[in-house]
Amino acid sequence: MERHIPHFQEELEQLKARLLEMGGLAEDRLRLSVKSLVDRDLNAVERVLAGDAAINQLHIEIDDRCFKLLALHQPMAVDLRSIVSAVKINTDLERVGDLAVNIAEASRRYLQHAPVKELIDLPRMAVIAQDMLRSALDAFVRRDTRLAQAVLDRDDELDTLKTKVFRDLLNHMVKNQGVIEPSLDLILVSRHLERIGDHATNVAEDVIFMVSAKDVRHHAEESIG
Amino acid sequence: MPVSVRPTVGPRAPTPSEPAASLPAETPIKIDVDRLNFYYGLKRALTDITLSMRAHVVTAFIGPSGCGKSTFLRTLNRMNDIIPGARVEGRASIDGRDIYASGTDVVALRRRVGMVFQKSNPFPKTIFDNVAYGIRINSLTRSRSRLGEMVEESLQNAALWDEVKDRLYDSALALSGGQQQRLCIARALAVQPEILLMDEPASALDPIATQRIEELIYLLKKTYTIVIVTHNMQQAARVSDFTAFFWLGKLIEFGSTDRIFTNPAEKLTEDYVTGRFG
Repeated sequence: MERHIPHFQEELEQLKARLLEMGGLAEDRLRLSVKSLVDRDLNAVERVLAGDAAINQLHIEIDDRCFKLLALHQPMAVDLRSIVSAVKINTDLERVGDLAVNIAEASRRYLQHAPVKELIDLPRMAVIAQDMLRSALDAFVRRDTRLAQAVLDRDDELDTLKTKVFRDLLNHMVKNQGVIEPSLDLILVSRHLERIGDHATNVAEDVIFMVSAKDVRHHAEESIG
Repeated sequence: MPVSVRPTVGPRAPTPSEPAASLPAETPIKIDVDRLNFYYGLKRALTDITLSMRAHVVTAFIGPSGCGKSTFLRTLNRMNDIIPGARVEGRASIDGRDIYASGTDVVALRRRVGMVFQKSNPFPKTIFDNVAYGIRINSLTRSRSRLGEMVEESLQNAALWDEVKDRLYDSALALSGGQQQRLCIARALAVQPEILLMDEPASALDPIATQRIEELIYLLKKTYTIVIVTHNMQQAARVSDFTAFFWLGKLIEFGSTDRIFTNPAEKLTEDYVTGRFG
């Protein structure tokens, strides 16, 4: 008889595949929402809004899978950590999807106005947030704690840029009250991108926990060696 | 639905819930039990059991010791017939035919409905002869080469072939406990049953041997309809598609295993699966 993969392991693989699908959808929403702002593309806004239902549906399905795997298989050790991590990663990815929707909505409002300024730091933030999310998902696939650690290390870049965006736009608003409304939307977008970085960080922390059983939350500056 | 679709008449068991999500398209009902009562002399051991089990799924019976789950299992191939004073009322049918109808060929029934017991019980013969035994006495083949093929197929299906193929003529009693249990499964499969009844098939085995039996059950359901009694709730959760919870000789709840272990409808079931009693 050929070597048989226990069906529980098959179900874990299916869970992983669904989670990656969720990650792909979240990445796609994020990319489109940023595009809508940077390219002043209203069509992209609509695509982001229309895509949210798929993420929400997958969110529920993945939670249900995890719930049943925990109840029916009583997983231990790495299997237990994988499923608990999957529950948390699932929630983070769903939140990324929601934040992409928030960015798209802010973008739609912003596009009703003339550009406040040339967008420089926001696209940078977007690139970093997308990189962090992609790397966190790659780390999950490859069970790569070093890559996950690299994601944690980038979070400060986003925070710094967010503060810079806030100060720049504050200056614009002080000088010209006519740009307050669109500037506030850009500040909101920077806030959403910073939050997406936080969710990517959470995913990376969960990957480290899943692989090495180390809990690096709240003291992420320590190297996991 | 896993339940009989006949019109409801008289008292019925709790309604099973939705089929498990992982199940293939609905399979026909294989075993149908209607208001079955079982008595050991004057003592009623099973009360008004009504439930239907579908083909090619694993149904688990759980419940505390003495709840009637093993008694009920044994009514499905009339193993209780040999107990003096035992008496059955009600109906139990397989593929629509009442197995307690007069004129039923009990030996033929037990060939269709194989059984594996808690304690492995190989014959004190060679590995080959253990598996060949049922094939020979049932005259399933006259060809020596076909007999060899059938023994090999049975051992393959019981996930034992690779471990014993080089020592088929050694005594079965030299095998480990887990191997002996898989040999008993191979012996049951050799006579080409349709249903496999398993009474605590892994309770005497270590965790690794248990896992092998559980994986085997998962594979075998593609070919057979399986009913397993287990006092290990986690095992029922892992291996079965449907679960029936028995208590004091009554069927308290029957439904998809997913639901029974995540959201049982009955308080008694919830108390049992959460370890509050039993």
